[in-house]
Amino acid sequence: MSEELTGGASAGGSGATNRRGFLRGAGLAGAGLVVGTGAVRAASPDPLITDVQPWAQFLGDGVDAAPYGKPSRHEAHVIRRNVEWLTADTSSSVNFTPIHELDGIITPNGVCFERHHAGVADIAPQDYRLMINGLVDRELVFTLQDLLRLPRENHVYFLECAANSGMEWRGAQLNGAQFTHGMIHNCMYTGVTLRTLLNEAGVKPQGSWLLAEGADASAMSRSIPMEKALDDCMIAFKMNGEALRPEQGYPVRLIVPGWEGNMWVKWLRRLEVGDAPWHHREETSKYTDLLADGRARRFTWEMHAKSVITNPSPQAPILHGHGPTVITGLAWSGVGKIARVDVSLDGGRNWAQARLSGPSFDKSLHRFYFEFDWDGRDLLLQSRAIDEAGYVQPTKSALRDFRGVSSVYHNNGIQTWHVHSNGEAENVEVS
Amino acid sequence: MSRFLKSGLLCAGAALVALPAIAQSSGLGRAALPEEVAAWDIDIRPDGAGLPDGSGDVWTGEELYEAQCAHCHGTFGEGMGSWPMLAGGQGSLTHEHPQKTIGSYWPYLSTVWDYVNRAMPYGAAQSLTPDEVYAITAYLMYLNDLVDDDFELSRDNFGDIRLPNEDGFYLDDRVALEWPVFTQAPCMSDCKPDVQVTMRAAVLDVTPDDPTADARRAQARAMAAASGGGDAAASTPEVEPDEEASAAHSPELIAQGESLYRACRSCHQVGDGARNSVGPVLNGILGRVAGRVEGFRYSPALTGAGDAGLIWTEDTVSDFIADPRGYLPRNRMSYAGLRDADERRALVAYLSTYSE
Repeated sequence: MSEELTGGASAGGSGATNRRGFLRGAGLAGAGLVVGTGAVRAASPDPLITDVQPWAQFLGDGVDAAPYGKPSRHEAHVIRRNVEWLTADTSSSVNFTPIHELDGIITPNGVCFERHHAGVADIAPQDYRLMINGLVDRELVFTLQDLLRLPRENHVYFLECAANSGMEWRGAQLNGAQFTHGMIHNCMYTGVTLRTLLNEAGVKPQGSWLLAEGADASAMSRSIPMEKALDDCMIAFKMNGEALRPEQGYPVRLIVPGWEGNMWVKWLRRLEVGDAPWHHREETSKYTDLLADGRARRFTWEMHAKSVITNPSPQAPILHGHGPTVITGLAWSGVGKIARVDVSLDGGRNWAQARLSGPSFDKSLHRFYFEFDWDGRDLLLQSRAIDEAGYVQPTKSALRDFRGVSSVYHNNGIQTWHVHSNGEAENVEVS
Repeated sequence: MSRFLKSGLLCAGAALVALPAIAQSSGLGRAALPEEVAAWDIDIRPDGAGLPDGSGDVWTGEELYEAQCAHCHGTFGEGMGSWPMLAGGQGSLTHEHPQKTIGSYWPYLSTVWDYVNRAMPYGAAQSLTPDEVYAITAYLMYLNDLVDDDFELSRDNFGDIRLPNEDGFYLDDRVALEWPVFTQAPCMSDCKPDVQVTMRAAVLDVTPDDPTADARRAQARAMAAASGGGDAAASTPEVEPDEEASAAHSPELIAQGESLYRACRSCHQVGDGARNSVGPVLNGILGRVAGRVEGFRYSPALTGAGDAGLIWTEDTVSDFIADPRGYLPRNRMSYAGLRDADERRALVAYLSTYSE
């Protein structure tokens, strides 16, 4: 995507001017400090160039060597990882998207983080049924084939677990963007809007709430207000062009754009229309936000603006030494689009506007970049997302001032990475 | 108040506005049969809507609970290992490590009935009869001191019951309360006088292993050492192995710790073949979440501390053994405490040599 389409929307003048002023202010620029930007003269010819390499001489795999293609074997480290001490059993657990290994805005299906409450349900497409019941004119049952005959839409949305960064409420704990911010993914979904689907059954006038229920062995259930259901919710059977992965709810899951991931019920089997919320386990015992005074917020569905620098980060140190350096990361908001992302190199003392690149969709991940000449001094890297509603991602201490440290959920505070002079990065908190 | 709820969603008739005359239905799908709806429509609401006929008493519930629930949730609902704690914790919600149980936190009893019925026992969901679910729910009330042991729960008396924390919840008010602060124009320069690092994740050292990240960090260190921070493009350094943290302790300190450890030996085992006895095995304690040794029955205080994020590090172990009861009230370790900080340092150094 060209810069004209992505670079100019935000306030505050041209990014280049801002960046230059910012670097001067932070004491990082100046001609004498910039190292290694020119071409380096090699001491001897590179054998990778002067010798004929095996891949340049012999035949490689033919077509169909991998009928369903996998990433290069050199990318075998790009995997989801879990934090074993978090949970008692992998069937009711979570793992984390390797966001420090990815770029752009779309999360590849195979590394979208998993969260299950009773393991992955294995449902053959011909065995799939979706029921709509409750306060409707017609209680209905659909097969997957029925659903494929309804009008379809495509939308890109992020899914963030409400507990993403939840381990960091009491302070810096996990050394890796994958672990602090990896309960998120961003996919293009193909499916049918709930507006279309519920119209098939005919919602009665008093139908103001929807219960979504999964077919897995936890029968995951959440209450969703009808206004949201009819606004932008959908059921999806494809993600990024192919069938949902089993661990993402194959064959059909619910999409609740911008709202906490727990509501995106997988292996969706039933939608019930009612006139009051159900207050089930995942909206009372869990996914409520305990505050310092001992009371708790309920129905904190919306995910507010948040960002994180994915590179460099603790699992992805700077390995190229001084000179031209690219900082990149992700920003998102459950309210709408991201308007702007700021980056700080000095722990939030001075900020400069980052450059957004890639398509900007409603309630989708946005990719930002910030390029600068690194002189090798310690950095305290932060990013700050600002969404189109004008919400500015708060600091962790500002969040704690409102909420205390026992909330578990909805920690969207600003993350700090301490980049040492050798390029290593560490999860820290700053004053 | 959530922006959605504020916009009038909860007012009667809101759905009328939200559903304008839309297209005719396609006629796809088929009518759900009453038997099919009955089979899947299992949800229960706080007003009791959805509850089937039936009843169950505390004693029946205790038998069922012991057989089907206690191996994860503990005999007293205290939660084994990382499994959820179901009882106790009253009054803890404002503490540093709140315990969110049915008695201390959950707002509605219907949630218990609904969840046990739809998802429990773990791995054998929807295998309980309605009477059994009533009985287990009654027993969970008993474990939370909400009823006496002669209590019987039924559909008829369900609506009379209130959980203690029902009024402890209120609607999302982030937009009203926080947004006025979080929508102010952000500062761009000289936003604070000085920046200090106040906490580092590396101190806790609870991050899962990532060999690729380890190799990259070693490469960063090796490059810095080789080049003195110079031109990176010219060097292709060797990857060096990470150093063990325990190497920091002197053999003398570890030997002193071994001698001090004799006071612990009557209750705790460590080393090859160590097993749980009066106290849990101590192999690999550093870096572990508190209250997590498999097969050891901890006090609710200790598992609760682990649930709340207590990690055993050199510092937290040292603080704990200085005064176990003071550090973690109501834990079961009967040990008066080791007051000398240097001796604690030696003991912890000794324990650090037994990683798992």
